[in-house]
Amino acid sequence: MRPASEEELSAAIRAATEPLAVRGGGTRSAPPEGPVIETGALTGIRLYEPGALTLVAGAGTPLSEVETALAREGQRLAFEPMDHRPLLGTKGEPTLGGVAAANVSGPRRIQAGAARDFLLGVRFVDGAGQIVKNGGRVMKNVTGYDLVKLLAGSRGRLGVLTEVALKVLPVPETSATLVLTGLDDQGAVAAMSRALGSPYEVSGAAHLPDRGACCLRIEGFESSVAYRLKALAALFPEAGQEPQTDPEASAALWREIRDAQPLAAAEGDVWRLSVKPSDGPEVARRLGAKAHFYDWGGGLVWAALRAGEDPRPALSGLGGHATLVRAAPGGPARPPALHPEPEPLAALSRGIAAKFDPRGIFAQAEAA
Amino acid sequence: MEMPTPDRSVLSRKEEIVARLRAVLPAEAVIDELSETRAYECDALTAYRCPPLAAVLPASTEEVSAVLKVCHEMGVPVVPRGSGTSLAGGALPTADCVILGVARMNEVLETDYENRFIRLQTGRTNLSVTGAVEAEDFFYAPDPSSQLACAIAGNIAMNSGGAHCLKYGVTTNNLLGVTMVLMDGSVVEIGGAHLDAGGLDLLGVICGSEGQLGVVTEATLRILRNPEGARPVLMGFASNEVAGACVSDIIKAGVLPVAIEFMDRPCIRACEAFAKAGYPDCEALLIVEVEGSEPEIDHQLGLITEIARRHDPVELREARDAEEAGRIWLGRKSAFGAMGQINDYMCLDGTIPVSELPRVLTRIGEMSKDYGLEVANVFHAGDGNMHPLILFNANEPGELEKCEALGADILRLCVEVGGCLTGEHGVGIEKRDLMTAQYDPADLEAQMAVKDVFDPAWLLNPAKVFPLAVSEARRSVPIAAE
Ligand SMILES: Cc1cc2nc3c(=O)[nH]c(=O)nc-3n(C[C@H](O)[C@H](O)[C@H](O)COP(=O)(O)OP(=O)(O)OC[C@H]3O[C@@H](n4cnc5c(N)ncnc54)[C@H](O)[C@@H]3O)c2cc1C
Repeated sequence: MRPASEEELSAAIRAATEPLAVRGGGTRSAPPEGPVIETGALTGIRLYEPGALTLVAGAGTPLSEVETALAREGQRLAFEPMDHRPLLGTKGEPTLGGVAAANVSGPRRIQAGAARDFLLGVRFVDGAGQIVKNGGRVMKNVTGYDLVKLLAGSRGRLGVLTEVALKVLPVPETSATLVLTGLDDQGAVAAMSRALGSPYEVSGAAHLPDRGACCLRIEGFESSVAYRLKALAALFPEAGQEPQTDPEASAALWREIRDAQPLAAAEGDVWRLSVKPSDGPEVARRLGAKAHFYDWGGGLVWAALRAGEDPRPALSGLGGHATLVRAAPGGPARPPALHPEPEPLAALSRGIAAKFDPRGIFAQAEAA
Repeated sequence: MEMPTPDRSVLSRKEEIVARLRAVLPAEAVIDELSETRAYECDALTAYRCPPLAAVLPASTEEVSAVLKVCHEMGVPVVPRGSGTSLAGGALPTADCVILGVARMNEVLETDYENRFIRLQTGRTNLSVTGAVEAEDFFYAPDPSSQLACAIAGNIAMNSGGAHCLKYGVTTNNLLGVTMVLMDGSVVEIGGAHLDAGGLDLLGVICGSEGQLGVVTEATLRILRNPEGARPVLMGFASNEVAGACVSDIIKAGVLPVAIEFMDRPCIRACEAFAKAGYPDCEALLIVEVEGSEPEIDHQLGLITEIARRHDPVELREARDAEEAGRIWLGRKSAFGAMGQINDYMCLDGTIPVSELPRVLTRIGEMSKDYGLEVANVFHAGDGNMHPLILFNANEPGELEKCEALGADILRLCVEVGGCLTGEHGVGIEKRDLMTAQYDPADLEAQMAVKDVFDPAWLLNPAKVFPLAVSEARRSVPIAAE
C-alpha cells in the first residue's frame, strides 16, 4: 500500500486486520514480510522559510531532496543524520520520516543536539487510524504535552508519521579537524572530554583506535576556526597533532564517522552503545570487540561483535543502552535489537503503545 | 477561570488525611492550618487563589513516594510545586488538594565536569545550578528571567526557556535524566549521564507535562563551559517591520547570536522611564548578543551591524565595555518591573513564525485600540516567542475580564498565523480553555492518553492543561475503595 494522503493512510490503517509493516526509504532493513505501508507518496517540502530556520515536509520526502533545498540557502540539518546504506549495504533513499521516527543523529549530536531536539512538530496516524498533530512549526512551543519527542525515536511503534516540521541551521563558513595521534582509548576519551569542556565549541569528538586518530571538529567563520583550532591544539602539547584544515577532507572524515564506515567491512553484528562518555573505554574493554570506535566524546561506542553475541552484560553497573544496527546474515538468534527497559519503565512504554495502537497494528515495529 | 468543585468526600476526611501524612513525614513537614496553607494559595498568576487542604514539604524521594502512596490510596488530588513562580497558574491549588512542595530538596548530588553534567534535587533554584559550577567556569544554559527564584522542578514541568535559548535550547534540550515518583508511589529512573533513550523517549514527554505525570525529585542536567566572552549591540529602528526584517536577515546571514531581544515603543518608553538605560526614543529596539573571544565577537558584531545598516537604523550602539553592556541589558531586564510600576499587567507568551512579526504587531496594535487597553511588546525575536504585556487596572471592576478577553484574542491570533498559545510559560489554567483553538479533539485525546498511563486516576494536578469539559469524564472516575 502506498497511500497518497493522510486520509488514505488513515483508511488503510482502519481497515487493517493484521499487523502492518511501515516503510520509509527502506535503507535500514530488508523488505519485511506481510502487508506493508509505504510512506513514499507522502512527499514534498510544504514550507521552507530560511529566515525563520524552519522547514515542513511530508514524511516520505527523500532526505536528499531536503538537503538539496537547504544547501541552496546555505542551511542544513544540524543533527547530521547518519546514512545507513554504507554500513548495511542497503539501497533506497532515506526519508525524513524515517530519520525522525528513529531519532537518527550523527556526530554533532554531542554539541547541537539529536534529531528529537530539532523536531518542531509532527502529524501522524495512530493505530486506530486517528490523524493526530502535535507541536507546530515554531521554535518555542510548550502548548500541551510534547508528543513530538515521544514520536521521535518511536520507530513506528505509535503511529505512521505523515509530516514533520524541523528547525534547520546555517552551514558555517568553514570547518576543520584537529587530529590527535598516539592516544590509547582512555587517553583519547580524556582528551575529548577536555576538548568538549573547553570554550571552543567542538562540534564533533570521535576516536578511531585502528587509525590511532582522535578527531576534534571545529566549525564557524574562517577567522574563528583558525583561532579555535590553535587554541585547542595548545590544550594538548603532549599528543601528536595532525590538523586537517582542508574543509573537504575534514567533511569526508566526519561523513565516515557519521556513517560508521570504520565498521562497514567488519564481520559479525554491529552494535551501537550509548553510555556515559568516561565509561566508553571500560565498555569497549568488556566487550573485547573485533573492531570498535567512539563518537560523542566516548559516549557512543560502535562495536563489531561475534554474530549473536549480547553486548548488554557489558553495561552492567554502568547504565546506558545498546542497539543492534546490523545483524550479519544468518547465524544464531539475536538478542532484541532495541534495549529492553527495566520495569516499571517498560510498563509505561507498553501502556503508551497500547493507547496509541490498541490493536497492535504496528507491533512489528518493536523488533525493527 | 473556572475550577472544578472540590470533592466533598475529600474535604470531609481532612483530619484523617492529615493524620496519615503526619505518619509518614516529620511533623513540621505537614502544614494544615489555614494561616499557613495560605502561603501556597497561588503562584505568580495572582489573580487566582485558593488555599489547599494541606501542604507537605518532603525532604527526599522516599518521602515523596510515601506521600503519594497515601494520597493515591485516599483518592486525594496532588499539586506539585517548585517555587510557585508559574505565570500560568500551574501550581494553583484546589481546596481538596495536597500541595507537594519540593523546596526542601535542593541538594547537589553529583557534579561531573569530565562528562559535563550535574545531578541534583529538583527543589534547587535555577540560578544556583550555575552557582554550583561557576567556580569551574561552567554554567547551566536555560535562564528564565525568574531564575533567582524558580526551581528546576518547575523548569522541567514547564519546559522553561530564557533569553539565551536561541543558541542553547530550552530545558528539554538540556535535560539528561530524572528520578520521578508516579502517583502510586513507585519510583522511576529515566535517562542519566548517557544520551538519548533506548526505547520510547519518556523523558521528552515528561519535560513540559506540567506536573501531571509524576513528581520529579532529581534531575541530571547538561552543563556547559562558559564562552570566552559575550557582548551585546543595541539597534533602534523606525518601524516594527524594519526591525523584523533585520532579525530575519541576521538569521539568514549565518550568524547565530545567543540572544535577539525585541522591544516596541510602549515598552521602550516604560523601561526608559523606569531604568534610565539611555534607550533611544524609537518604534522598535533590538538587543543582539554574540559570544566568543574578543576578535570573534568583533567579527560577528561587524557582520550584524553591517546588516543593520542596510535597514537604516536610527541608533546603533555597540558595548565598548562591561559597563555599557550592562546598560544595554538593563532596560530589557527591568521590562517587567517597569510595567509593574505603571500598571497591573498580564504577560502573554504566544509564539509566532518570525516572518509574521510585523503583521502580528500591527494586529495587536489594532486590538489594543479596540479594547482600550495598552499593550507593550517585549520578546525573544530570534525564535518568535512574544511576550505582549497587557496593561490594566485590577481595581477597576471588569478590567481583568476585559484584559483576559484581549489576551485570548491575541493568543488566537498567534495560532492563526501558524504559531502557538505558549512558548515557555505553559498552559496551566490560564490557557487551558484555549487549547481547542490549537488542537483538535483527536490531538487532545492523544495527549490525555499519556496521562491515563502515568496517572490512571487523574489525581496529579488534574484541573490544568486540558479544558475542564474535555477532561471531565477522566477526572470524575470514582476511585476504587480500599
Ligand atoms: C517575573 C517572572 C519572569 C519569568 N520569566 C520566565 C522566562 O523568562 N522564561 C520562562 O520559561 N518562564 C518564566 N517565568 C515563569 C516561571 O518562572 C517558570 O514557569 C518556572 O519554570 C516555574 O518554576 P517554579 O519552580 O516556580 O514552578 P511552580 O510555579 O511551583 O510550578 C510550575 C509547574 O510545575 C509543576 N511542578 C512543580 N514542581 C514539580 C515537580 N517536582 N514535579 C513535577 N511537576 C512539578 C507544578 O505543578 C506547576 O504545574 C517567569 C515568571 C515570573 C514571575
